Amino acid sequence: MVADIGWRLLLAWGLIFFAVPAFAEAPRRVVTIGGALTEIVYALEAQEILVGNDTTSYYPPAAERLPKVGYQRALSAEGIVSLYPDLVILTEEAGPPAVLAQLQAANIPILSLRAGRSLADVRDAIRVIARALKKDQAGRDLIDAIDRQTAELAKVTAGQPTAKRVLFILQHTGGAPMAAGRETAADSIISLSGARNAVTGYAGYKPLTPEAAAALQPDVILTTVRGLAQAGGKNALLTAPGLSLTPAAKTGSLIVMDALLLLGFGPRTVQAAATLHEAYQGL
Amino acid sequence: MSGATKQVILPFLRLRATVLVLLGGVFALTALAAACIGAVSVPVVALFDGSLNTQQEAVLFSIRLPRVLLASVVGAALAVSGAALQGLFRNPLADPGLIGIASGAALAVAVMIVWAGPLTGTLGLYGLSVAAFIGGLLACLLIFRLARQMETFSVTYMLLAGIAINALSGAGTGFLTYLSDDTQLRALTFWTMGSLGAALWPTLSVATTLVLPATLLLIRNAQKLNILLLGEDEARYLGINSEQLKRSVTICVALAVGAAVATSGIIGFVGLVVPHMIRLTIGPDHRLLIPASALLGATLLLVADTLARTIVSPAEMPVGILTSLIGGPFFLWLLVKQYAGRFGL
Repeated sequence: MVADIGWRLLLAWGLIFFAVPAFAEAPRRVVTIGGALTEIVYALEAQEILVGNDTTSYYPPAAERLPKVGYQRALSAEGIVSLYPDLVILTEEAGPPAVLAQLQAANIPILSLRAGRSLADVRDAIRVIARALKKDQAGRDLIDAIDRQTAELAKVTAGQPTAKRVLFILQHTGGAPMAAGRETAADSIISLSGARNAVTGYAGYKPLTPEAAAALQPDVILTTVRGLAQAGGKNALLTAPGLSLTPAAKTGSLIVMDALLLLGFGPRTVQAAATLHEAYQGL
Repeated sequence: MSGATKQVILPFLRLRATVLVLLGGVFALTALAAACIGAVSVPVVALFDGSLNTQQEAVLFSIRLPRVLLASVVGAALAVSGAALQGLFRNPLADPGLIGIASGAALAVAVMIVWAGPLTGTLGLYGLSVAAFIGGLLACLLIFRLARQMETFSVTYMLLAGIAINALSGAGTGFLTYLSDDTQLRALTFWTMGSLGAALWPTLSVATTLVLPATLLLIRNAQKLNILLLGEDEARYLGINSEQLKRSVTICVALAVGAAVATSGIIGFVGLVVPHMIRLTIGPDHRLLIPASALLGATLLLVADTLARTIVSPAEMPVGILTSLIGGPFFLWLLVKQYAGRFGL
């Protein structure tokens, strides 16, 4: 445990002191790769320096209108260079690695952050981006606002009698739905909203067999807008084999949210958790 | 040498020189155009008088040039391998996928993506390529071993063993696809559609070191492949060591395609159809077919890749879609025209 904290401190320190390229001036042409990072730049009100982003950046709606450099894992080096950025902000999920190497070879400064899976990651990302964009004060204000929201939400969730058991599923076309286990963004947001992840047996995502779904007995099923569409709508999802035998299906307790809002771990995460918490009450 | 033989050989040499110079010229022009066209434009004149600005220079030397060269090397490798395999199997449907390289590589890449998780550092840069290369060669080796179970090395056995091993690796890849989460699935899908976006100088030099000698060796075996077209027994009577020929061709193809797949994923169509384009228009003689396929394959992949990185700029399209999109209609047109029945196989 102590070692774990030590590593986190070291990582945070590394992020702040090594990952930020030293700038004499604030960057003027920035490309963001990752929906949450784009949201942070908008939340810092630094959007006028954005010259491009990736396909996972679709909030706020204005972000949709910027040139898109492709999906974050299939970037094109030349496409990014053609926007003449003086800073590219991305997460460790961005790639392929060879494209990042090409960008470095073309002398494009890169700011690489941890992919957000917790509130601590959100705070770190805001701090590092604010520093790089010379918006330190806006960054502190944003973090304070998030802290206030978190405290409020904690008060509300502390008052509830028992935590709901929530199962987060994603459906690919065909095949079994995938259920989120520990150490996933879904797990974090579920606990932030004052509920418990119904899956505790494994980390990451695994296909959910009908029998496992029935055995988990979730009170609530949570999925994304696109996940629901791929499952064929609410009725199809709640009558799927296995899922139909859960308390969630019997009471019709299905919550659907936008993927970026729910799992993005950007500045709207606490709001997302609060919305989720309210949704449990409304079931 | 009798007068009659001379008369047959001389026109062939002249034809070969003309075709190769012509295709070489088209390739050189395409490569020049490809070096200039892109999201960051580089004027042709600036290439020669050295008036590039630093940004253009950085793009040209660290991103575009390695990519243009890699596209050429990979295109040539796939087309030459297709030509040699079609000759070896005496089957117009043979393509580099048949000897298991692509499916073995795909399985190894799926294992890396789904089980090893995201890789960083040097392992991240070259991990997938190394896995793809090893996976491809292992699958090929297995097929080769199975084909040798018989007393002699049988091409039919190799074909059937190839189908079985491809099906098995396909099942493995399918299982891993089933286990994969959303992001892993997307990474896998992008890999199977091919991309030359990962071109770096070290990647290029490794690929060239494997592809160039393999191609030269295949060209040296061209006359033997011609004789093999008569049939295996006939070739043996004419003094061809068919065992050695099969081994040599398979190894060359495995190395060339292995390098291609490792650096750029699975790029379809080039290996299957480019040799047919040459056969339909010029003829089936391997001494011309193999080098001409190399040039045409390089040109086709260059055109496809240049489109891939420009039409949706600043993003890019998987090149595998474009090779088929460009080559498909052209090939159909060739088929429908008067050339039908000239496959020479």
